[in-house]
Formats: sequence, structure tokens, C-alpha cells
Amino acid sequence: MTLTLDTERSAPPSGTPSSRASRGTATRLRPALTRLLASCVFAALAVAVLYPLCWMALSGLKTNGEIFSDPWSLPGEPRWETYADAWDQGVLRYLLNSALVTSASVLAVVLISAWAAYGLTRLDIPCSRPALLLVLGAMMLSPTVALVPLSQLLQALGIYDTYWALIVLYTAFKVPFTTFLIRAYLLGLPTEVEEAAHIDGAGRWQIFWQVVVPMARPILVSAAMLQALFAWNEYAFSLVFITDDHLKTLPVGLADMAGRLNSDWPMLFAGLTIAALPMIVVFLLGQRHFVRGLAEGVGK
Amino acid sequence: MNATSVTPARTTGARPARRRLRHSLYVAPALALIVLFVYYPIVENIRLSLYKYSAFSPVTRFVGLENYRQAAQDPVFWQALLNNVAYAAVSVVFQVGAALVLAAALEELIGRRLRGLLRTVYFIPAAVSMTVTGLLFQFLYQPDAGLVNGVLRAVGLSSLEHDWLGDPGTAIWGVITMSQWQSFGYTTMLLTVAVQRVPRELYESAHMDGAGRVRTFFTITVPMVREMTGLLVILTVSQAFLVFNEVMVMTGGGPSNSSQVLGTWLYSSAFTGDDMGYASAIGTVMFLITFAAGALQLIHSRRKAAR
Repeated sequence: MTLTLDTERSAPPSGTPSSRASRGTATRLRPALTRLLASCVFAALAVAVLYPLCWMALSGLKTNGEIFSDPWSLPGEPRWETYADAWDQGVLRYLLNSALVTSASVLAVVLISAWAAYGLTRLDIPCSRPALLLVLGAMMLSPTVALVPLSQLLQALGIYDTYWALIVLYTAFKVPFTTFLIRAYLLGLPTEVEEAAHIDGAGRWQIFWQVVVPMARPILVSAAMLQALFAWNEYAFSLVFITDDHLKTLPVGLADMAGRLNSDWPMLFAGLTIAALPMIVVFLLGQRHFVRGLAEGVGK
Repeated sequence: MNATSVTPARTTGARPARRRLRHSLYVAPALALIVLFVYYPIVENIRLSLYKYSAFSPVTRFVGLENYRQAAQDPVFWQALLNNVAYAAVSVVFQVGAALVLAAALEELIGRRLRGLLRTVYFIPAAVSMTVTGLLFQFLYQPDAGLVNGVLRAVGLSSLEHDWLGDPGTAIWGVITMSQWQSFGYTTMLLTVAVQRVPRELYESAHMDGAGRVRTFFTITVPMVREMTGLLVILTVSQAFLVFNEVMVMTGGGPSNSSQVLGTWLYSSAFTGDDMGYASAIGTVMFLITFAAGALQLIHSRRKAAR
């Protein structure tokens, strides 16, 4: 549909005969030429983006010798066992750790933020104004600058070097933004259904789960995806607060592995590919939700 | 959490007061987490920056602003700050400037299906961890087998071949370039949303008046998406001062500290140099810069809301 709109839009300048008749074909050629040139640039960019990633996946199937002697060629004989080895070399462990920390923090951040957003938009609570400022103000702060006190705090709480350290930090760090996102959405929703449920005698808890959560589902999905992307790829906290190799998440575990493998590049590339795939797939499947979350968060 | 204790009894009586208290339980977990893990560490960090101490000795010594004086005289601190500034400048040019041109050009010149596909492709690296792209590019920048030098050789520019990450003069630029590759698709996606909100009629009437695409880009698109670009500039700058992962993975701040950024210098001061107070002082500098950016953003969105 927009396809036809596009062509209609570009038609008038070259098609208004009165002012441009003298230049004739030249003016009709120019837009076509711009389009062609631009298309080349767009295609080149797409190649520049995709090629290194595909190269990485394919290099995981080569031998070390092949990578160095002939980096551009396809693998002579694909060695799938490299992927299996990388998997056994620790990637599976890191993958499970990342999956655990990511899913726990996604659940926690969406739940806690949805509660907060509900409380701040629908309920009569004491000091709601300062509470709102406290939540939204935290969006301006980045706790990564406070690595030193955070590590002391985690030690004092006895959760240093445990999954909890990452789950709690990933959740706390993103509650402000997620609450902001959900709150904005709830403010835009009509409240009639909730009021009707209230009149029918439903409690707040019941209304939250049976009315608000289903109605806010789109933004909850967006928030969950943004959190998954963040938690899956986070590096600094994981590097500083986890020292036990069995608890390391992918970003830190892979960096460790790179050092340990001592230039066994195919193995490393196989590991990197395995690590990258889950989020690429999540993004491709849920692109719409991603973009909504991003746009609402920054743009509205 | 702290809000619940100060409930005024007012004239509402006991039951509504208790209800309000119960309602505040919805907000309590969020507030507790934020206060304990966001506000407290940042305030504590400022306090710690006034002390000298190490992780392994219980002795802490109050030194006032000594850690900041140390920073002012530390050449690596200035190098790191300069690298962050370079990071911010390049990122604004590519992730806001070039990305806006790209977003607008895609909208103007490419059919709907195809441009959606292209935007998706451009975004893909942003879904990948910086560790993955960092380690990948470490290889691509390799002097002999790396693809970057390979491309240069192929197009007859072998004179430009280089050990990109091994040379103190180019290491940080290698990292910055990788970061642009990874992130431009993300901002292009955001800017597309803004570009799509510009009313079509504006372009149509401009075209009627004979304005070309370049003209309409500068006279219509740029002013109409000003809010989004303003916001993105602030976000990008703020992100550039928090950079950590890609530098750590690709160069570790080297060679000879040439590619340190504030984040990595904080890390190595704290956990390698064991100069905790100094690390906190660096953290406070980072906090002040990003806080200023955040405050600007708040003012920006306030002004927008007022309009």
C-alpha cells in the first residue's frame, strides 16, 4: 500500500510539465539515478552488517589453518564437531547461567514494575508524588559508576558471587525505566473495565491480574524483550561480581574462553555464534514488540 | 517503602488509611530495590571518593579531595576522558547524524517491504553482545589474517595495512568503529519512528513548490524530528561516557593505556591497582557527566510535555 504511496509522492516534481518541460528526460532520469545509487549504498551497508556475522558462523566450521591461510573461502569440509566441542568446552554452562539470570530478571522486573506502575497510576497511595519522582529520577542514574560500593553492598548482603547478585542488580537497575514504560501505557488505557470490575466487588489484586495485566499485555511483552536483551548481553556487573567459573554468564564466560583457548579460533567463533543466536532469533520473532518498546521509551 | 511510614491520618479515618497503606505495597518492592541498589551505591560512591583505602586492609583514611587532585594529575585519566569524548563525538555523528539520513532515505527511496527488511538487517548487530562483536572484530583487525587488512589489500591500498588494535595511535579508533557498526541500526530504528510521524502533506506541498529531496530533508525532516534527535544526542553521549564492555574485551585499555576509557580505568584502579578511593572518584566524575546529560534529557522532555 505504501509502496504505491511512495511512487505517487515522487511523481509530481518530475511530472509537472509546466515548469520543467524544457529539461525533459534529464529530470526523469535523475530520481531513478538517485534511487539506484541509494540502493547500492543500502545494499553495501547490509553486506557490511551481515558479512562479518556470517563469516563468524562459517569460520566455526573451518580449521585454524584454513582461517589464516584463506580467511575468505568457504570451509573446505565443514567440521560440525567444532560446534559440539565448543558446547562442551563451557558454552553450555554459560548459556544455562545466562538463561537462568535472564529469565529470572525478566520475570522480576516486569512483575515489580507492573505493580509499581499500577500503584502509581490507579491507586490512592501516600506520598505518591515523591514516590513517582524517586522512581523516574533513578532513570538518570547509572549504577555502573558505583562498582566499588556495589561490590561492598553485595558482600554485606551475602550474595556476592551468586546468581542472586546479577538477578537483583539487573532487576533493580531496570525497574525505573520499565515502570516508566508501563506507567505511560496504563495512563493511556481507559479505566472503565477496571471500574466495572470494582463495582462488581473485585479486589485490587484480582483487578490487577484479571483486567490490567491482560490489557497491558503488549507493553509487558515489549518490556520483557528489552530486559532480555539487556540481561543476556550485560558484561560489567557479571565481570565484577561473579568470580566462580561455574556461575559466569555468556559475555564474561566467552571472554574468558577466548583467553583460555589460546587462539583456537574456530572453537571461539563457534562459541560466539552459539551465544549470539538466541537474541537474534528473539529479536527477529518479536521485532514489532521491540520497536514499540524502544519508541515508547524514547519518543513519546 | 519509606513513604508508608509518614501516612497522615487526616480526616479519612482508620480504614481508608489502612487501605492506602495496603495499596502502597504495590510500589514498595520497586522503591526498596531502587533505593538500595541505585541511590545508595551512588551516594556511597561519592562518600568513598573522599577516602584512601584498599580492599584488603581495614584502614580507611579521610583525604578530602585528594583523589580528585590525583585524577587531575593522572595522564591516563585525561587520556581516558579524551577517549570518551572521541567516542561521544563519533557516535553522535554516525548514530544520530548519519542514522537520520539513512532513516529518511530509506523512507523516501525504498518500497515498504524492502525498507522494513533493511532496517531489520541493520538492527541485528545491536541484538548481539558486545563481547561477541568485540572478540569477532579483534580478529577482523588482525594484522595478517584479519579481513580489514584483507579488504585493503584487495582494493590496492596495502599501504594502509595496519595492526589496528596493536598500535597505540589507532586502538581506540578501532574500538569506536566497531561500536558504530554495532549500534547504527538501533538508532536508525528509533529515528524511523520519528520520521514516520512527520505529516506527509508537508513533503507533498514542498514537492509542489519544486523543492528537491535534499532541500526537504533539511527544511522539513530535520526540524520535525528535532525532539528525537535531541534526545538521542543526549542518550548517545551519556552511553559513550559509560563505555566499558567493548574496550575491556578488545584492548583491555592497552596498548600502554592508549585506549583506556573512564570505565576501564575505574575498573583497573579498583580491582588491579587496589586504589578503591581513587576508583570511586573516577566513578563520581562519570556520574556527574551522565547525570548532567540525564538532567538535560529531563528538561528536554518536560519542555516537550509543556508544549
